[in-house]
Amino acid sequence: MQISGAQMVIETFIAEGVTTVFGYPGGAIMNVYDEIYKQDGFKHILNRHEQASIHAAEGYAKASGKVGVAMITSGPGFTNAVTGLADAYMDSVPMVVISGQVPMSLIGTDGFQEIDAVGISRPCTKHNYLVTDAADLPRVLKEAFYIARTGRPGPVHVDIPKDVTAQIAEYNYDIEVNLETYKPHIKGNPRQIKKAIEAIANAKRPLFYLGGGVINSGASEVVREFVHKTGIPAVETLMARGVLSYDDELLVGMLGMHGSYSSNMAMSETDLVIGLGARFDDRVTGKLSEFAKNADVIHVDIDPASISKLVNADFPIVGDLKNVVTDMLKQIDKIDSDKYESWRETIINFAELHPLTFHEDSDRLKPQWVVKRVGELLGDSANISTDVGQHQMWAAQFYPFSRPNQWITSGGLGTMGFGFPAAIGVKAACPDKTSINFTGDGSILMNVQELMTAVETKIPVINIILNNNFLGMVRQWQTLFYDKRHSETDLTAQPDFVKLSEAFGGIGYRVTTKEEFDAALKDAVEKNIVTFIEVIVERFENVMPMVPSGGSLFNMMLLEKKETK
Amino acid sequence: MTVNSENTERRVVSVIVVNEASVLSRITNLFSGRGYNITSLTVAPIPDSKYSRLTIVTAGSIRVIEQITKQLHKLIPVLKVYEHADLVEKEMALVKFPISENLNEISILCEAYNGKIVNSGGNMIIAMVADEPKRVGHFLDAIKRYNPKEIVRSGAVALER
Ligand SMILES: Cc1ncc(C[n+]2csc(CCOP(=O)(O)OP(=O)(O)O)c2C)c(N)n1
Ligand SMILES: [Mg+2]
Repeated sequence: MQISGAQMVIETFIAEGVTTVFGYPGGAIMNVYDEIYKQDGFKHILNRHEQASIHAAEGYAKASGKVGVAMITSGPGFTNAVTGLADAYMDSVPMVVISGQVPMSLIGTDGFQEIDAVGISRPCTKHNYLVTDAADLPRVLKEAFYIARTGRPGPVHVDIPKDVTAQIAEYNYDIEVNLETYKPHIKGNPRQIKKAIEAIANAKRPLFYLGGGVINSGASEVVREFVHKTGIPAVETLMARGVLSYDDELLVGMLGMHGSYSSNMAMSETDLVIGLGARFDDRVTGKLSEFAKNADVIHVDIDPASISKLVNADFPIVGDLKNVVTDMLKQIDKIDSDKYESWRETIINFAELHPLTFHEDSDRLKPQWVVKRVGELLGDSANISTDVGQHQMWAAQFYPFSRPNQWITSGGLGTMGFGFPAAIGVKAACPDKTSINFTGDGSILMNVQELMTAVETKIPVINIILNNNFLGMVRQWQTLFYDKRHSETDLTAQPDFVKLSEAFGGIGYRVTTKEEFDAALKDAVEKNIVTFIEVIVERFENVMPMVPSGGSLFNMMLLEKKETK
Repeated sequence: MTVNSENTERRVVSVIVVNEASVLSRITNLFSGRGYNITSLTVAPIPDSKYSRLTIVTAGSIRVIEQITKQLHKLIPVLKVYEHADLVEKEMALVKFPISENLNEISILCEAYNGKIVNSGGNMIIAMVADEPKRVGHFLDAIKRYNPKEIVRSGAVALER
């Protein structure tokens, strides 16, 4: 059929099964917004900042496993969105972002709201397009969705000049994607798989090292089966929380800079790392030359460039995890789980020596208590988003995650301001789960305008602000490594968070005791509108244990031992 | 585990890419963004196809070269990446000399490096050589005493044997 470029965008969204689009209009994208007005195939959520639109689409994608979609205008609309694109790129979030561009005749003339959008998005997207003819749009859009969700997922940006959205051309979406130059490797090499299984069978102290790729590939179930059938203990990266349930006996914990003692020691003592969809990030490995020093490495990943990038893989397997692990499961009988009994005991001893815990030794509430308490009260019924800082690490350490896609955080880029809009996207994707955002007094102000979005669209996100009157994570480094020179991290100047939420039509609580917190959370869940729960917490609490930047995993700063009451 | 070692080597990488807008900047952005070296880069369409061939001379440790080829491969419009071990490599250079120099000697030198005098004007001549990049370097050293006024090198092109 002959339709306009703008109509093609709408038709494509509907054909792709898109139900929610996050965005913000402006001059160059108006033709598309005009078509949005006329349709009822999907819902458009108007965020109050383009960065928030992208984070919301990320939250939607991470919680639902579908491709997130966002739409923005040219110039400042696009540049506002760049942080979100970079965030999605670093965390491999499948996403299609459409931006308006000035008309073709104005490109290159420094026209009003013109910016070289594809030039800027190139290093922070999986792929991008500038569409110069509406006749190309069906193919480009089809490729965009395909590229976003296949292989190692990631954001794809499509920039469309205004006159192209007005141009009439033939639209047929019933076409095959035919990309000769892009064919992701799905099946693992059987010979490599066989060798890897043999290595596992021969190892004395093997350890699963699970990364966010397990969740992206939808492989959590087969990975759980693999772990249980082999009886091999597992550590998770920040991005892999929820692959194994918190109460799984084989889950050692999270590893890395703020990982548990037992996880980091297990990684230091293992003789075979079984890396699944993890990328040996510096926040995980600490000092590379000391990382898993005596171990061989199996590395399964869909992205060949992730393999042997930082740590040499003795058994590299390129392929989709779900496929590879399913193939591995067929040879599982070669592995004798009893063999690892003493290794499992060694790890339990590590955990008993320095358990992941905290001391309730302050007049003020401890932030870790708050996280634990939310876990006790809501557990599986909540999806957990976070901002970036100490609160993020405490949430990762102390929340009892029980399923994949329950945990939504900005890992690779570490973007303050991610949490609230992401939690809006999460709630839009999973309306039956409570959407919690653990945030800090610093981070929440970085996308606080989303109160309006949440109120308008009746998306009841509960923001739990762990208020320490500090840019806490930076303050912690200053305390530990800069001789307590707390340069520009004191956030004594603060808004009234309760009134702030109320000003937008949300609700707010300020709590200082356990009883008040319980009551506030209960009330917020019942009231079902966007909420700020400001919790006054101990200001100088540090995230422990900690591997100082560049240090070795086995050289951790530990929580001081105290008699627990 | 072993951490990869860091000995820098010169390498030639050929990349076959779809001939489309901004594909060259995708490649050069990748190099600058990840801190890889480009010593030289040539590009031209492959006859009767929708592809172009780039020849990139780069330098890095084995680990870096491996990453370069993998990261290039990750770019959507990249069809193939060859990292050459056994190859025929050629480069061209053009040099402008004052006509007052000893043209005979220059001409003989050129011949030794697969070249000749290709153009002459009122007060200048232009000589061309085409040879292995290293030998082109030798040629350029040798002609210094004839007061070359301008030199351009094409960058290397290469084919696997
Ligand atoms: C956009 C952005 N700017 C700066 C930083 C650096 N940074 C990391 S954590 C942090 C402090 C966050 O403070 P807050 O939100 O109050 O969390 P807390 O650490 O106190 O829990 C800062 C400034 C960042 N990660 N993102
Ligand atoms: Mg704070």
